[in-house]
Amino acid sequence: MNLYGKAWKFGDNVDTDQIIPARYLVTSDPEELGRHCLEDADPEFVKKVRIGDVLVGLRNFGCGSSREHAPIAIKAAGVSAVIAKSFARIFYRNAINLGLPLFETDAAERINQGDDLELNSATGEIQNLTTGESYRAHPLPVFAREIMAAGGLMKYVARKKGLA
Amino acid sequence: MPMTITEKILAAHADKTEVRPGELITCRLDLLMGNDITAPIAIKEFEKVGATSVFDPDRLTIVLSHFVPAKDIKSADQCRIAREFARKHRLKYFYDEGRGGIEHILLPQEGLVVPGDIVLGADSHSCTYGGLGCFGTGVGSTDLAAAMITGETWFKVPESMKFHFYGRLGPWASAKDLILYTIGQIGLDGATYRAMEFTGEVVERLPVDQRLTLCNMAIEAGGKSGIVAPDEVTLEYVKPRAKRPWKLYRSDPDAAYHSVYEWDAGRIGLQVACPYSPDNVKPLEEVAGVDVDQVFIGSCTNARMEDLRIAARIMRGKKVAPYVRCIVIPATHQVFQEALREGLIEVFSEAGCAISEATCGPCLGGYNGVLGAEEVCLSTSNRNFPGRMGHPKAKVYLASPAVAAATAITGKITHPAEVATGSA
Repeated sequence: MNLYGKAWKFGDNVDTDQIIPARYLVTSDPEELGRHCLEDADPEFVKKVRIGDVLVGLRNFGCGSSREHAPIAIKAAGVSAVIAKSFARIFYRNAINLGLPLFETDAAERINQGDDLELNSATGEIQNLTTGESYRAHPLPVFAREIMAAGGLMKYVARKKGLA
Repeated sequence: MPMTITEKILAAHADKTEVRPGELITCRLDLLMGNDITAPIAIKEFEKVGATSVFDPDRLTIVLSHFVPAKDIKSADQCRIAREFARKHRLKYFYDEGRGGIEHILLPQEGLVVPGDIVLGADSHSCTYGGLGCFGTGVGSTDLAAAMITGETWFKVPESMKFHFYGRLGPWASAKDLILYTIGQIGLDGATYRAMEFTGEVVERLPVDQRLTLCNMAIEAGGKSGIVAPDEVTLEYVKPRAKRPWKLYRSDPDAAYHSVYEWDAGRIGLQVACPYSPDNVKPLEEVAGVDVDQVFIGSCTNARMEDLRIAARIMRGKKVAPYVRCIVIPATHQVFQEALREGLIEVFSEAGCAISEATCGPCLGGYNGVLGAEEVCLSTSNRNFPGRMGHPKAKVYLASPAVAAATAITGKITHPAEVATGSA
């Protein structure tokens, strides 16, 4: 599946307190969480981000707390995928479980704020339409791809347990 | 094949004789945990797929800890969802305010976590439990929801890193200083996806309270888990409280590690993590004298009896500095009661501290001590990212309870030896 969007560039260690500050954890409503996505890192982000846009971080994206509110907020803000040099472990699991595509590649460094990107979550290919470069992210483990293909962990488990 | 303690625990729960780092395995889980922030999402996901029963209601604990007593209508609603689910599914170990506390201190205290366990907690500081010689790790709500149905989850077997502390801790130094030093050395992602194993004579001499502190902040280096091999000290703690049988594992002497660090604890001294990252760690001497507005003694990192005793020893008979406030939050209701009986609460109260019932509250900028713009706080908690304790422009320094108590008395970041009467 191909995704198109503009890059929103952040740095190293974008932590979950920045992605969704704890003062908003009194709710799990995606729409409300999405309205505050990354507001402490860039108060303009939520106003300017368009549906399909892509977050680009560098090292250790999503470090900090286990709050699933972080990938929920990112998805609800309209973001279609996250590219980073590396991801923190719990964020990585949460994103797969919720079906948020992640692209892990050192090429995150070569992407600039505002670049137009085309991504393929099945192959891990990234086309930078602004610079003409193309990159390839590490493929997700087979197991994780099965969860993504099922539409997230709960659908995967429900199917295995014969619930759905 | 020789294995580390972590590999042995994972293998046993996957019914395998051995596992290797990188292998994907499915493990049976001994205990699942959710709190008032993470459980409501898990419950929603659980019910959305039509699940009707928890795999074992005695193995799912829900602890209301973050925003309790409820700080507003929305947090009250989150607690209500968790409470109603606990009642409906007859969870044996449900902890409400006034009886529970912060989960990572509560579950070991209640004997719900025992050596050899795999504990899956929907909270990143679930790595704390490794202090008892088990595999504890944090996940998100959806992983918890799936495990509530199946009683198992998948893991990629982590590589292990060994942190060996020899020598003796210096005066006033504690496990908090060891773990801050470690994070400062390897960085915020220095242990990502890996198990952090703490060994050496210094670790062996630490009481369980401090071993839990050591493992608590493994996540601040990106660690999947932290672990201390169980020994006599562990058993002395576990025996009177264990609610389930335990099993003791140790690493084989020739087990393979991703990396091994050996440090002389006597040279580490007191450490402070400066704004805005837990890996921005400096020796106390380099930041001594920085003015603070607030001191917080609490959180799952440092609010056990050990922590309160040392803080009280420093604060006894003294007053919190003018124009500075000090907030003390014992980690569980039981810790509060013990501190009351030992006279520690009176010491804090006489010193002019604000004391409250157990909650995570200020650690995550929830309530009960949120910081305003430009305010400076010295905290015994675990994170100091921008906005962690309130306004993104507030500054948080992380240190041990001894440093926190001394800082509260002078109003500046202070070495405990400067204010304490008597020796460390």
